[in-house]
Amino acid sequence: MSAPLTNEQNIEVFQFRAGSIVGVTALALLLQAFLPVYFPRMRMLDLPLLITIYFGFSRRNPSTGLLMGATIGLIQDSLGRSPLGLFGIAKTLVGFLASSLGSRIDVENPISRLGLAVGFYLFHQAVYILTRRWLLGQPEPILSTQLWIAAAVNGVLAVLIFPLLDHLRKPS
Amino acid sequence: MLAVPGRHRSLTLLIVTLVAQLLMLAVQIKRETHVRLIRVWTVDSITPFERVGTWMVRKVYGVFTGYIDLVHVRRDNLALHDELNQLRIRNTALEGEAAEAQRLDALLGFRTDHPEAPMLAARVIATSADTASHVVFLNRGARDGIKNNMAVITPDGIVGKVFEVYASTAEVLLATDKDSGVGALLAGTRTQGVVGGTGDPSLTMKYVSNDENVIPGQQILTSGEDQIFPKDLPVGTVTQVKPGNPFKQIQLRPAAHLDRLDEVLVLLTRQELTPKTPPVRVSPAPNSTAAPAAAPSTKPTTPTAKPNGAQQSHP
Repeated sequence: MSAPLTNEQNIEVFQFRAGSIVGVTALALLLQAFLPVYFPRMRMLDLPLLITIYFGFSRRNPSTGLLMGATIGLIQDSLGRSPLGLFGIAKTLVGFLASSLGSRIDVENPISRLGLAVGFYLFHQAVYILTRRWLLGQPEPILSTQLWIAAAVNGVLAVLIFPLLDHLRKPS
Repeated sequence: MLAVPGRHRSLTLLIVTLVAQLLMLAVQIKRETHVRLIRVWTVDSITPFERVGTWMVRKVYGVFTGYIDLVHVRRDNLALHDELNQLRIRNTALEGEAAEAQRLDALLGFRTDHPEAPMLAARVIATSADTASHVVFLNRGARDGIKNNMAVITPDGIVGKVFEVYASTAEVLLATDKDSGVGALLAGTRTQGVVGGTGDPSLTMKYVSNDENVIPGQQILTSGEDQIFPKDLPVGTVTQVKPGNPFKQIQLRPAAHLDRLDEVLVLLTRQELTPKTPPVRVSPAPNSTAAPAAAPSTKPTTPTAKPNGAQQSHP
């Protein structure tokens, strides 16, 4: 699984099969857009966020991670009614941080994946809410039971789907 | 080999990206407009896939719910079949009880009409294992006062006579048995003869002269000459008459339903039966629903409870 290393850092970087990143990202956006139509409770899931986190962990390139986060966030914004940039900013930061953390800590362990996914969800929501408050003047409750439940659900989902996404990695 | 970008390059890119998006937000807020072009591109790109996804989900959902419905339908169907079977059984039981109630009503009515003759209600509990003999067993025996040669009847007509008595059961030779013989007469002409069994469900009347005018449909009553059955109880109806040598060959259909006997009355004495109406007591059949026949009755006698033809055939 490990790829050759750079001269500066011994970082294990994973590559993926052709088109898998685009395909998985599109699928996540698609599911995020229309699954709640049939299952309203799935609205608490943030599949694009989980994809951003996963590819950030795997690619471990902050530049790629932040650009991917920005792209996914903007698409998510454009599929909703909120101004473009709300999800974009939040996911840009998540992509950057996930890529940076992926090169520093073990992100292959399910427990660390659970904790990081929950943490990144909360961070993402915090950025999103604060952006809305400060830039748009739309106050939203920062801490709510719903937020914690959604964080836990997304964390569990990350633990479940990350191993599936691992199969898309190119064998070294 | 993948080159990891330098730390500063990444930070610079991050700041640029964030600033760009903040500016975009600011523009949107300032102009109070949405960036329509990007939304159009995104929506146009995603919508076809959403349509396909929606179509697939609906199909899968339809198949799934259809399957679930089928499972429910199958389960409901099984439950309804089960309920239907139970209701059929219950209905059959109720029909049997209703028929039994009618028979008991007839017995009670008959007994009420003949208070002068002590009778004992009994239930047929078995039949002969020998297919050649027409015999039934009653749930009454010597301890109930039954003795040999007592007459056994139903409100419809004679059944046979007791020919073997045990402590708690009695064996009854049916009128249809080949060895059976009942003193009888033709209703109306009072021509006497003997009715015997043929071994099949019908009866035959012997010793009636060829000169006698006998026609099908004519009723045959007991004559009382056999010292077993009281006079004028229905024996049967003439179904076929042929000239014979030296006597007519007369075939009868038994008045009582000897092929489906359930409850019967045992005449404890050979007292003549004359119709009367005051209520009387009949000893109940043990462990049987014939018990109501033994209870004191204040119920008026219904026409159906009267012995068929017995009173009509009185000359």
